[in-house]
Amino acid sequence: MGPGARRSRPQGRPSPMSRNNRIALMLLAPSALFLVIFFAWPMVQAILLAVRDDDGFTLSYLNRMVDDRNFGPALRNTAAIIILVIPLQFILALIMALVVSAKLRGSQTLLYIFAVPIAVSDLAAGIVWFSIFNESGFLNTFLANVGAVAAGERVFWLSSASEWRLLGTVVVAEVWRATSIVFVILLAGLQSIPEDYDEAAQVFGASFWDRLWRVKLPLLRPSIQVALILRTILAFQIFAVVIALTGGATRVLSLEAFTWYRRLQNEHVAAAYAALILVISMVVAWIYLRTIRTQERQQ
Amino acid sequence: MRWVSGRGLTYLIGVAVAMFIIIPIYLIALMAFGTDDFINQFPKQFIHTAETFTTETIEFFWNFRGVQESVVASLAVAGITIVLSLGLGAPAGYALARYRFRGDDAYRLGILATRAFPVVILAVPLVTTYITWGIDDTVLGIALLHTAMALPTTILVTASVFVGVSTDLEAAALTLGCTRREAFRRISLPLALPGLAASTIFTFVLSWNEVFGAAVLSSRNPTLPAKLVTQLGESSLRFRFAGGFFILVPALIFMVFVRRYLMSLWGVRLK
Repeated sequence: MGPGARRSRPQGRPSPMSRNNRIALMLLAPSALFLVIFFAWPMVQAILLAVRDDDGFTLSYLNRMVDDRNFGPALRNTAAIIILVIPLQFILALIMALVVSAKLRGSQTLLYIFAVPIAVSDLAAGIVWFSIFNESGFLNTFLANVGAVAAGERVFWLSSASEWRLLGTVVVAEVWRATSIVFVILLAGLQSIPEDYDEAAQVFGASFWDRLWRVKLPLLRPSIQVALILRTILAFQIFAVVIALTGGATRVLSLEAFTWYRRLQNEHVAAAYAALILVISMVVAWIYLRTIRTQERQQ
Repeated sequence: MRWVSGRGLTYLIGVAVAMFIIIPIYLIALMAFGTDDFINQFPKQFIHTAETFTTETIEFFWNFRGVQESVVASLAVAGITIVLSLGLGAPAGYALARYRFRGDDAYRLGILATRAFPVVILAVPLVTTYITWGIDDTVLGIALLHTAMALPTTILVTASVFVGVSTDLEAAALTLGCTRREAFRRISLPLALPGLAASTIFTFVLSWNEVFGAAVLSSRNPTLPAKLVTQLGESSLRFRFAGGFFILVPALIFMVFVRRYLMSLWGVRLK
């Protein structure tokens, strides 16, 4: 309950407000109820499934998850993808946002093109990049055409022999697919900065980099934070890109959850993975909300 | 003078990034409309000739066992998801836009907070619930999950749509003798319709694209992405590429229709 709501409630005239309360409640209740049943409760249930069996509380499912030989690689790969993808996305998205907000002729067209991947599913993105990275794919063709590799020779980008190369292909596909949303959020942030600020800095002779570092980026902080949490939490759920590109050779957390559920038919261990993704995401969200609150207090 | 060198560079970067986005889409289209030989040859060609262009690959995919059923399932899931999320979300969005009430900030914060949760994990616990309810492996079950994923966005988007519809008109209708319900139906709703349509299309794209939940919640009645992702390992290149192209295109076409709203919904305007 924020201070705004309290201030706007007229004192000594309770009747219209309580009528509003009733109408609003009627309009909100169905959606709230739905989200409790299909959003909040399954979150709780994921944790219960992970730590409970027929006899009550148990750590056996969590132990099975942690002791599984794929657990370490899955955790490491997911973390590596996030650490590699997110900085790349933010740099690229910032460049894209700066290009569009330069308001040159054709900016509108660029804006639409930059936003296209928002509609692309992770599965489609994985298949698209599979057509490029597979050993008889477009990348090897291109490398042969420009003479970077000898004729007839191929680089096995998707071979599971080279884990890091494989991870690299996933990173490229993720950057391609999911930078657009960061771009849109950053562009919205950039456009909400009054133009006077930038003009004033220009009048005083600030260079492009000075204006970027000292004027734009500090004012973009809220947008950056929103985009950061959104992307981080989505990145923990990376799934179909990995299957389409690596056939599952690169283990990631959500792929493990799927494998335990589908192939090994153990919903408890699958739920343990789900709970792990939930807990990590909550920690990230908590850090994020804390930063926001500190920022609000500063203002 | 400032931008003499800057403008050229800005264009160069902009076009380079645009190429990075467009070329992979062009390449998958090239594959989806290529003959079997064209798909399997190495080195690849970057352009079709009259001999290599064919619709056979797409037809092969379309006639593959179970594909048409999965497309029907995908469309049914998306349809139910749209009805549910609009039916539940639009009233809530309207309430957020029009009323100040006890707990409105808490509700808004709660809706925003759903974004901080990994929706992927909902699917696993939902299966057990669905089995007890008898809706496991059904279109309805997947649609309920997709609604849970789409609802927060629908609520926030419809709220912003109704904020954009001036209350003055509604107030005028009220003074002219309309009831609240009539004022909403005859004034606010028509004005909000384009925005609501845009929100509907986002919901469609979300549902059409969603893979993990659909793959967990279905076995014999998969949606198209669920079918593709579970068969990818054992399928031919032509099946994969045609399938990838097939899920990509509807989403892209729909986005083209709402591109103007896409920007306004996210608060971006080009002046």
